[in-house]
Amino acid sequence: MTNSATTALIRVELPAHLRTLARVGAEITVSAALNAEGRVTPHAILDAIELAHPMLRGTIRDQVTHQRRPFLRFFACAEDWSHESADAPLPGEVASGQEPFLVIGAIAGG
Amino acid sequence: MSGVRVLVGTRKGAFILTSDGKRDKWDIAGPHFGGWEIYHVKGSPVDPNRLYASQSSGWFGQLIQRSNDAGKTWEPVGNKFVYDGTPGTHQWYDGTPHPWEFKRVWHLEPSLTDPDKVYAGIEDAALFYSADGGQNWAELSGLRGHGTGPHWMPGAGGMCLHTILLDQNVPGRMFIAISAAGAFRSDDAGKTWRPINNGLNSKFLPDPTAEVGHCVHRLAMHKSRPGVLFMQKHWDVMRTDNAGDSWTEVSGNLPTDFGFVIDVHAHEPETIYVVPIKSDSEHYPIDGKLRVYRSRSGGNEWEELSKGLPQRDCYVNVLRDAMAVDSLDKCGIYFGTTGGQVYASSDAGDSWAPIVRDLPAVVSVEVQTLP
Repeated sequence: MTNSATTALIRVELPAHLRTLARVGAEITVSAALNAEGRVTPHAILDAIELAHPMLRGTIRDQVTHQRRPFLRFFACAEDWSHESADAPLPGEVASGQEPFLVIGAIAGG
Repeated sequence: MSGVRVLVGTRKGAFILTSDGKRDKWDIAGPHFGGWEIYHVKGSPVDPNRLYASQSSGWFGQLIQRSNDAGKTWEPVGNKFVYDGTPGTHQWYDGTPHPWEFKRVWHLEPSLTDPDKVYAGIEDAALFYSADGGQNWAELSGLRGHGTGPHWMPGAGGMCLHTILLDQNVPGRMFIAISAAGAFRSDDAGKTWRPINNGLNSKFLPDPTAEVGHCVHRLAMHKSRPGVLFMQKHWDVMRTDNAGDSWTEVSGNLPTDFGFVIDVHAHEPETIYVVPIKSDSEHYPIDGKLRVYRSRSGGNEWEELSKGLPQRDCYVNVLRDAMAVDSLDKCGIYFGTTGGQVYASSDAGDSWAPIVRDLPAVVSVEVQTLP
């Protein structure tokens, strides 16, 4: 976390196609806002990803509804967060940078 | 020496094929956007280095890419396609109401006069427009809103707006086609629209001559003949001589009048090309023989063109946006197949040769004739 404790540096792993699109490596780091309880949420992480990499807007979640795209999943700390609220607080290990937030492409077709 | 650039969209990326005016040796560049579906790539008529590409994926949605250097480098631009107002419903396959949902961009049509202006035909069917090089998109909602939208239905490939023809002779006039709704015309640059399907007959409709609901696969027009359009319908090849006010069938002696592509010779406005496909349930050429058919009389009388094309064991399809012509003399004709071949003829169809044989399934082919 930063000194002000209003943001945290979050490690994010993206699917290969989005790495190519954003011209980044296997893991990126984004500065995500913390909520009132000092926790980071998927919503804040996705906001931070799209702010840092505007070409990814619309590729992970709908630009209007912010719904996760149906063939993508969110994992953190070996748990599936895809179906949790986007405002649900993620484990502290994500906010502390110990664990990455994973954006995973579903296995569906070739 | 003049040259040709062929822009190929495939299921797994885009390819750019270039040649000099002889059109016998080709350079193949790509894949661009490897692994993504590229429904269409098209260049600006006034700036051939300005290209637009529709890049999409079931996983990651829709992107629009733009190039200012003929495809050497690309930059993603705007990809926010939001229907104007409350989208409402169209008919589902079984006739029940189904909400309009954006799925992908099928076709990009750059303006005839300004490289930053470009139209997009999307699924579920609607027409969008950008005046800033693709950064921002707004629906031309007079099309969906003119009244018949609730009666449109998807074809087997989805409810796509796949054809956009801009008429350079009649200011403000444009044509679009939707599968399966039909053909539509605007005379005021896309503000208002009306169906132009009089004369079409579709047996899958409760009323075969209904105002809308026809599965139009492709329209083609010669720039010198603004009132003459040619249509490859689900079944039937059609023509109109009054800008769509009425259509007549010109299938004539075709071995089957099912197919997807249709195009017009660059210098002979009554010379047209189709690729007959066996049927709507068997999407491949009859008898395993890939044949183009040419009419020099604007339809009805067709001749088989097969020299250089496979004449046995060929079961590919040629999709609706996968034929184009160049404007060299002699006119070059190009088409791509679902088997990954792009065939070219540098003698107006008399003979053919593959430019490339083993691409992913080809979705679209466009041609730029370079000075």
